[in-house]
Amino acid sequence: MAILSLHNIAKNFGAIQAIVDVSFNIDEAEIVGLMGDNGAGKSTLLKIIAGNFYPSAGVIKFENQEVHFKKPIESREAGIEVVYQDLALCNHLTAASNVFLGREIQKGIWPFKYLDYPSMFKKSAELFEELKSETRPKDLVMQMSGGQRQAVAIARTRLTNPKLVLMDEPTAAISVRQVAEVLDLIKRLKDNGISILLISHRMPDIFQVCDKLVVLRRGEKVCDKLIKHTSTEEATGLITGAIDRV
Amino acid sequence: MKFNQDIIAKSEKTSLQKFLSEQSFWVTISLAIICFVMYFVEDAFSSKDNIYNIARNFSFIGIMAISMTLVIITAGIDLSVGSIMGLTGIICGLFLDAQYLPQWYAQSAFYESNYVWVGIVAALLAGIILGAVNGYLIAYLNLSPFVVTLGMMAIARSLAIVISNNKMFYEFGPKDEIFFEIGGGQFLGLANVTWLLIFLTILMGLVLKYTAYGRHVYAVGSNKKAAELAGINVRWIEMSVYILSGFFAAIAAVMIVSWMGSVTNGLGYTYELRVIAATVIGGANLMGGVGGTYGAFIGAALMETIRNSLLMAGIDPNWQGTFLGIFIIAAVWLEKVKNKKS
Repeated sequence: MAILSLHNIAKNFGAIQAIVDVSFNIDEAEIVGLMGDNGAGKSTLLKIIAGNFYPSAGVIKFENQEVHFKKPIESREAGIEVVYQDLALCNHLTAASNVFLGREIQKGIWPFKYLDYPSMFKKSAELFEELKSETRPKDLVMQMSGGQRQAVAIARTRLTNPKLVLMDEPTAAISVRQVAEVLDLIKRLKDNGISILLISHRMPDIFQVCDKLVVLRRGEKVCDKLIKHTSTEEATGLITGAIDRV
Repeated sequence: MKFNQDIIAKSEKTSLQKFLSEQSFWVTISLAIICFVMYFVEDAFSSKDNIYNIARNFSFIGIMAISMTLVIITAGIDLSVGSIMGLTGIICGLFLDAQYLPQWYAQSAFYESNYVWVGIVAALLAGIILGAVNGYLIAYLNLSPFVVTLGMMAIARSLAIVISNNKMFYEFGPKDEIFFEIGGGQFLGLANVTWLLIFLTILMGLVLKYTAYGRHVYAVGSNKKAAELAGINVRWIEMSVYILSGFFAAIAAVMIVSWMGSVTNGLGYTYELRVIAATVIGGANLMGGVGGTYGAFIGAALMETIRNSLLMAGIDPNWQGTFLGIFIIAAVWLEKVKNKKS
């Protein structure tokens, strides 16, 4: 069953057509890899689903309901979480504070509400444990490795029980060992029944974890195939334009 | 569950290491050393009166440094605090001095019984409004904090001169002793304003550490985009710190006018420099994300103690600006050296 379906989505910024008539589905507990060259429209499409941009045309259905997200907070409330490319973490705050940023656990009655640090430390430690990450809740994000930062960013998405997680280049700019860690984290989300849209430039990552491959070229969808029916050669051809479309 | 408890307890740095890496800790140490040296060098320094004076003098700066700390944590700056202090002080004096008020008001029964509180509330409200103007322009119109508050610095000072018509206000009506008691009074050996500073340091310290608002102030200064994506109302947070800054400047103005018993439009002239210096010396980072109210407190205390010590040592007061400037630059330089190490 499709958790998210895009129907003829288009987006133009003035005269520039960023997304042209794109349709595809993401099923329950499915990892969809979204590939394409720089400027192909991957991030724009993610931002449309997340509610950062409003599509110029087309319909988005989430859990079979037509949705119109005007702000990121609306998509989050519907059950879509986003891990942004630059991770969007605050360096000067602790891991736990980052996980709970904007959704802090509080005690007391207004105006005497105060933060419940013990609960937040405990809950974030549980989340890191669940993700099998050695991140410590009290450490500042500033001192963390790329893999740990990634774990913090992904733990953020586990605070609520999202149905869909959007990830923009989660494996960019981190070491080989950390890439393996992140891919494990992604698989673990899937094991929990969460659907994932994964944007990546790295072919091995996509073929290692994804169920389906969608390729964009100059804003158009040129491929929508199960991973097992395609190959890295075909994907490369589709991205560069050597193969027109399949 | 055991695994959890272990992980929670662990941290990159021990509490002691964290403590030692705080700039405010080292400022406290330097303050202690200066006091120790002065105790032996100059008898008058450690007299009860002098300690009382130092504590009172740095309290006015300290109160403004607390709100300046919040502004600087959000990676902003407020250059207008000195001028806002001047203007709100003049407004306070204007409402207290019957001869400049309309006759129907000055002779009414309401004036007779309430004028002291009207003057104080008017000054505080003016501070909030001036801060809100700063905050709105910076947060909602995306203008640079430096330029907006520089403009407000000129505007507020000029309005203070216009409103006061270059006169000094010093006749504070039939109930002036109530007003003088607020800023001039003392309690348990410390001036009221010093107690107010201590109270605000603790209150705002708790707000920063233990409320969602406080965490959001740090988040905005640390990574504005991340804060926005996390659903924080970034614009309101930014505007609120400037409102607080105007409000605290007005509090300091009311306290200093009531202590001095008079006000001129020169009140608070160049205080923004001393406030920013106290904040930065206390460890707030102009790049945002770092700072605390204890730092503001101790930074203000250190500056006033040094000023007092220099005066006692017989050094020409005209040198004070030079020392002030050196301290600001040294504090920023120290911050840079510290960041490089870690």
